[in-house]
Amino acid sequence: MSAIAQKKGFGSALWDWLTTVDHKKIAILYLASGGFFFVVGGIEAMLIRIQLAVPDNSFLSAGLYNEILTMHGTTMIFLAAMPILFGYMNAVVPLQIGARDVAFPFLNSLGFWLFFFGGIFLNLSWFMGGAPDAGWTSYASLSLYSPGHGIDFYALGLQISGAGTYIAGINFLVTIINMRAPGMTYMRMPLFTWTTFVASALILFAFPPLTIGLFFLIFDRMFGANFFDHTMGGNTIIWEHLFWIFGHPEVYILILPAFGIFSEIFAIFSRKRLFGYSAMVFATVLIGFLGFMVWAHHMFTVGLGPTANAIFAVATMAIAVPTGVKIFNWLLTIWGGSIKVTTPMLYALGFIPSFVAGGVTGVMQAAAPLDYQLHDSYFIVAHFHYVIVGGVVLAILAGLHLYWPLMFNTMLSEKLGKITFWFFFLGFHATFFIQHFLGLMGMPRRVYTFIEGQGWDLFNFISSMGAILMAIGVIVLVINIVMTTVKNVPVGNDPWKDGRTLEWAIPQPVPFYNFKRTPLVRGLDTFWIEKQEGNKEGMSYAEPLSDIHMPNNSFIPFVMSLGLFIAAFGALYNGEKAWAVPVLVIGLGITLASMATRSLKDDHGYHIHKEDLMDHKGGNY
Amino acid sequence: MAEEVKYTPQTWPEHPETANLEGKNKFLGFWLFLGGETVLFASLFATYLALKNKGPEGMEFTTQSLFELPLVFVMTMLLLTSSLTSVYAMYHMKNFNFRGVQTWMAITVLLGFGFLALEIYEFYHYVHIGFTYSQSAFSSSFFTLVGTHGLHVVIGLGWIILLMLRNAKRGLSIYTAQKYYTASLYWHFIDVVWVFIFTVVYLMGVMS
Ligand code: HEM
Ligand SMILES: [Cu+2]
Repeated sequence: MSAIAQKKGFGSALWDWLTTVDHKKIAILYLASGGFFFVVGGIEAMLIRIQLAVPDNSFLSAGLYNEILTMHGTTMIFLAAMPILFGYMNAVVPLQIGARDVAFPFLNSLGFWLFFFGGIFLNLSWFMGGAPDAGWTSYASLSLYSPGHGIDFYALGLQISGAGTYIAGINFLVTIINMRAPGMTYMRMPLFTWTTFVASALILFAFPPLTIGLFFLIFDRMFGANFFDHTMGGNTIIWEHLFWIFGHPEVYILILPAFGIFSEIFAIFSRKRLFGYSAMVFATVLIGFLGFMVWAHHMFTVGLGPTANAIFAVATMAIAVPTGVKIFNWLLTIWGGSIKVTTPMLYALGFIPSFVAGGVTGVMQAAAPLDYQLHDSYFIVAHFHYVIVGGVVLAILAGLHLYWPLMFNTMLSEKLGKITFWFFFLGFHATFFIQHFLGLMGMPRRVYTFIEGQGWDLFNFISSMGAILMAIGVIVLVINIVMTTVKNVPVGNDPWKDGRTLEWAIPQPVPFYNFKRTPLVRGLDTFWIEKQEGNKEGMSYAEPLSDIHMPNNSFIPFVMSLGLFIAAFGALYNGEKAWAVPVLVIGLGITLASMATRSLKDDHGYHIHKEDLMDHKGGNY
Repeated sequence: MAEEVKYTPQTWPEHPETANLEGKNKFLGFWLFLGGETVLFASLFATYLALKNKGPEGMEFTTQSLFELPLVFVMTMLLLTSSLTSVYAMYHMKNFNFRGVQTWMAITVLLGFGFLALEIYEFYHYVHIGFTYSQSAFSSSFFTLVGTHGLHVVIGLGWIILLMLRNAKRGLSIYTAQKYYTASLYWHFIDVVWVFIFTVVYLMGVMS
């Protein structure tokens, strides 16, 4: 069977995207849907800043403000940042370790569709009686009593998309452990692969507590359970523990891949080996490990007692140590390098001071007595935006430029890229730097308006102006993407000229089977080594040319996720609409039937024959 | 293709479950999945311990008044035995004896159904005397913990039955052997969780 190079009509192209199990295409699906949700969350952010631009504003009602604020946080974390990072992981990690695909291509597709349907479900709340309004943390003492179905959309939507994330986490763990090319020892793994590995391990252990917390919330609200209702013996603090046992590792799930992207960028554009590679690896693992022991720093003011607070305060401060190690290693990578300030490098350079500022406020909050002052104020808002926007979002934007040629074989405009950077970077600092002081001056977070004349007016106005600069930056980025796509100028191999690792050694556009022959990895930065030795092909090989085994495409993941999507409506309207229970049963039936189909059919994949490979150069996009 | 090879007991590999890359991936992936499941149950156990015997003012239900060890003991024996019989099935798989695999898996399923029947009876009994799901925080956390385990048993039974049916004609191959192996791993996990439920919920409940 020759599956190589066929022209496709629209219908079959769509079918191809719905059924694909190719990690490179799933990467694009993640990037596109994550990008879409990023824009949605960004619009919500703009609405928030418009409302807060002036005192006593009535642009948004209090209730609507709560919904928008909740959806902004939830969307950005679960539906924008994480999926976009998954997009990069899918695009890069298999290539970086010299694999033909991830370990479970079918599950890779399932993970994406679960995330996608979960996100759509959550956002449908806007059109079906109102969005969730208890904050992205959805504390049970608030969320249990929130009228309407908003919270139910939150709990069920996150449950579905969380299942997708969990599957993706396991997939990357197995891929990285089992599928590395010969010679790719653990201590030769590029940093992005390492951080993906540790972030996946965090997903594996952090998502189950969230699953349980969400189930409790669903059962309490929809099926008459009493986990959080104290009049029935329940305890609302249980939600807070479960949420933060998930929630703190979650912020590291976001930032570790971001660290990975920046580590790649610093090495590539300083044209130097990453300084202190083994210390970087150690710091990554240590951060992952400590990330599980600090969740109660979000609960200092709950009243866990001085002993608990002291332990968690010290543990939290300890995380600053491996983080500091990383910062110094990046600085020493640049030091003495022959630096090229490309757009990704510009983001990386902007990242260091921004993230350090966020880390410093983090350590301040880690001091429990001080946190009694800072907690639930705008200081906290400033802190987490410094680490998330100044860390994760800058990495996402840097990664977009860096990996665009790998994913699409075109290059985003450097000029427009730099314009975006400056608008975004200055806008970001204008928006959030000043919020530290608003917090210190006593402005609480999550308020829909404030009274004039408390000294908060000017700072809030500046903050809103900064948000506009960020929005301009994003608009320029969108223009950049559209223009690049329309022009469609192919860039070919090693587009940045200074690629160091295997993903840059592969021919462009990347063939759908990735490597014709499994590469042999000869050291850290193996592509760099080959280039230094004058190897024109850029790769050594570990095997002769032979047949390649490929997985079949499948529509089952889509149907399986659709079933859960349908079932969620049944659960949501349980006890209210007569059709609720039948819909719940039908939805679960669809999912179970598609699981059974998957199990009953033998699916051995197919082979690309040696002869077909011989004269095949590029991919077939 | 590897799947087409006809094996004999002599050529059958020692460890069919990890005989090829797909098998190795499944093996590792499933162990990792069980790691996550462990955290899932740990969260349920922690919640149960926090809410044990907690209810509305004047609630008369306590672990002591509720649990009856003889019934739970029989359930435990059924499930432990079913774990043993699934080991026998794996033993026959190693020896390339497909009939042995099917027979012992069938016995495993029967024992599993025995356990499930008793659990349903137990739940029915509690609900009958007023200890319903909505009665208290205690009842919610009890039913959720033990019920989640029960749901795992149901899924495990469905899975093993499906495997036995789908492979009845296909027989043993590397491809099918890996499926049996993961299913039996899952079954053992269910068994281990039950040991903890037996100890933490029932034994500790009756003692204190
Ligand atoms: C040196 C490292 C860090 C330390 C010591 C630190 C410490 C803290 C502390 C103590 C709080 C709780 C403050 C309060 O609510 O009273 C907090 C909140 C938060 N941090 Fe960090 N943090 C660090 C890094 C990060 C990173 C890397 C991220 C994300 C990428 C992050 C995201 C957040 C978020 C989202 C919150 C607020 C959650 C909420 O209440 O909505 N932090 N941090
Ligand atoms: Cu934290």
